[in-house]
Amino acid sequence: MNGTSPRAPSSRGGKKGTKMRALFADRMRVSFVVLGSLLILFVAWPLVRTVTATGPAVLWQTLLDEEVRSSIGLTFYASLLATAIAFTCGVPLAYLLARVDFPGKRLVEGLIDLPIVVPHSAAGIALLMVFGRRTLLGQAFGLLGLRFVSSLPGIVIAMLFVSLSFLVNAAREGFEAVNPRLERVARTLGASPWRVFWGVSFPLAWRSILSGMILMWARGISEFGAVVILAYHPMVAPILLYERFESFGLDYARPIATLLILTCLATFTALRFVAGGRRRA
Amino acid sequence: MREGGGVKIEALWVELEEFRLCDINLEIAEGEYFVILGPTGAGKTVLLETIAGLHQPYRGRILLAGEDITYAPPERRGIGFVYQDYALFPHLSVAGNIAFGLRLRGMGRGEIEGRVAAIGRLLGIEHLLHRMPGTLSGGEAQRVALARALVVEPRLLLLDEPLSALDPETSEALQRELGRIHRELGTTTIHVTHDFEEAVALGDRIAVLKEDRLGEGLREGRIVQVGRPEEIFRRPANEFVARFVGVRNIFRGEARPAEDGYELVSVGGVEIAAVTELEGPVHVSVRPEDIVLSREPLRSSARNAFQGRIVGISNRGTVAYITVRVPPDFVCMITRRSLEEMKLREGMWVHIAFKASAVHVF
Repeated sequence: MNGTSPRAPSSRGGKKGTKMRALFADRMRVSFVVLGSLLILFVAWPLVRTVTATGPAVLWQTLLDEEVRSSIGLTFYASLLATAIAFTCGVPLAYLLARVDFPGKRLVEGLIDLPIVVPHSAAGIALLMVFGRRTLLGQAFGLLGLRFVSSLPGIVIAMLFVSLSFLVNAAREGFEAVNPRLERVARTLGASPWRVFWGVSFPLAWRSILSGMILMWARGISEFGAVVILAYHPMVAPILLYERFESFGLDYARPIATLLILTCLATFTALRFVAGGRRRA
Repeated sequence: MREGGGVKIEALWVELEEFRLCDINLEIAEGEYFVILGPTGAGKTVLLETIAGLHQPYRGRILLAGEDITYAPPERRGIGFVYQDYALFPHLSVAGNIAFGLRLRGMGRGEIEGRVAAIGRLLGIEHLLHRMPGTLSGGEAQRVALARALVVEPRLLLLDEPLSALDPETSEALQRELGRIHRELGTTTIHVTHDFEEAVALGDRIAVLKEDRLGEGLREGRIVQVGRPEEIFRRPANEFVARFVGVRNIFRGEARPAEDGYELVSVGGVEIAAVTELEGPVHVSVRPEDIVLSREPLRSSARNAFQGRIVGISNRGTVAYITVRVPPDFVCMITRRSLEEMKLREGMWVHIAFKASAVHVF
């Protein structure tokens, strides 16, 4: 046995025709194809429509708009900060959830999922109750020069709150997929718990963690409800878009929408490509 | 030879969620190959993992070379571990896997490469060093796991069912390899298995671990017999060991090639024909149900035919076990009906026969 390629790419080999036919193998599949296509059309059509309705000239004009550019920059940056915070505290939490059966684990898991089910404007109100100007925490941070209302930190915590579940859950799944025996063997070979984590568990869970980070970042960028309550200003892109729509109407909002869609699409396609391209032999 | 040391386990109790080990007492000499034998279950793995420091006992002591390591963290014990499922790091190459422990010891690049190459030669895996674990066969992967454990020169090597995930042919080859490596390195080894013949072939001594169900999903394991392989199957300490080991004909002998593609294994006073490629000191086993017994000389195709005296008859309901002293003693299984028809008695001379292909050499 040569054994160099255990998963021989027999099904690849360029036989797209047979693969396509498998979609229409029987009547049930045909009807499923029709139903599924409706959903795909529902997503794709509005996006394509928005993008094609805006001419390149108008798009260029929008790109030159200083307010739009800084708003998009702010959005990406704030969401990146939120993702970094979630990474620092969420990856350790995810590891614990994957490895240890501690009392109250169910409660913790429920809490982590909660931001997904809570209406995001309600989440914004809840954050305001803790980080607002006149609250204890708000004043304590105020002494350090950190203000949450109408400021970057406010945007960051709003994004963090509504999107941390994506990172923690993805990281937990990543760690769960790592065979605990690998960690045990590493210990017997002389690695301390820290070395085991950085040398075995983390690298093996990295792909999951990375895709969780991408998902979280994307979720943060698109956040409107929680951010609008904590910080209407400085304006993140979704809020700017909303404001243009309210004040000037569809024709002024659409180019920004197009720009947002295209930027996000380009960024995430690139990230997915990078993350997916590191597949091991 | 390196400084090694025996293992002493004193009154060890381990309690996990669904399993507990009760009062384990073992003494394993330096350089000994010790086998823990028991039915498939979690218990044996738990015992090994406790010795490695991966579970904390709540009572008892573990001593390695006289040093109390009961509460030492696994990374300070100098104990190598090999799992049934290999547990190779999938993100590292074969060389990276083997070098893992050496890197942690802060060794220089040149020295690491030298040691990896040396252990690779010992295990016959030099040609695999650049490969990723996902591309290896089971036997190759297990050799890599062994190399990874041995390269750091452990004081004690723990093998958790190392051959069970392999196909029979690979398993037999690696079993011989384990024996050879142990003779070469002399590392004190504890090997866990559910396979009796594996235990006999490798073990200087065997401990039999019994597991009991206590209800509510709780199971409990304890050692019921420790002894040399012959003692375990000739004088089982209790019903459990006797049942688990079964009635067997196992002999130690010397194998040498003979004509017609057969091998002859001399066992005590007789020579047993077998089909095998092994030579030198071996074990042979013949299942009692594969031996034909008669009062008259048999004319058959069976290569092995001996005459002996009946020294024991054990009636077990529908079947009976007849011990025939050739010598050595062969145990044959016949139906109760044949026992009555042939009117067998102790002291009677009988003929036994079995095919060369019914002889398992290991």
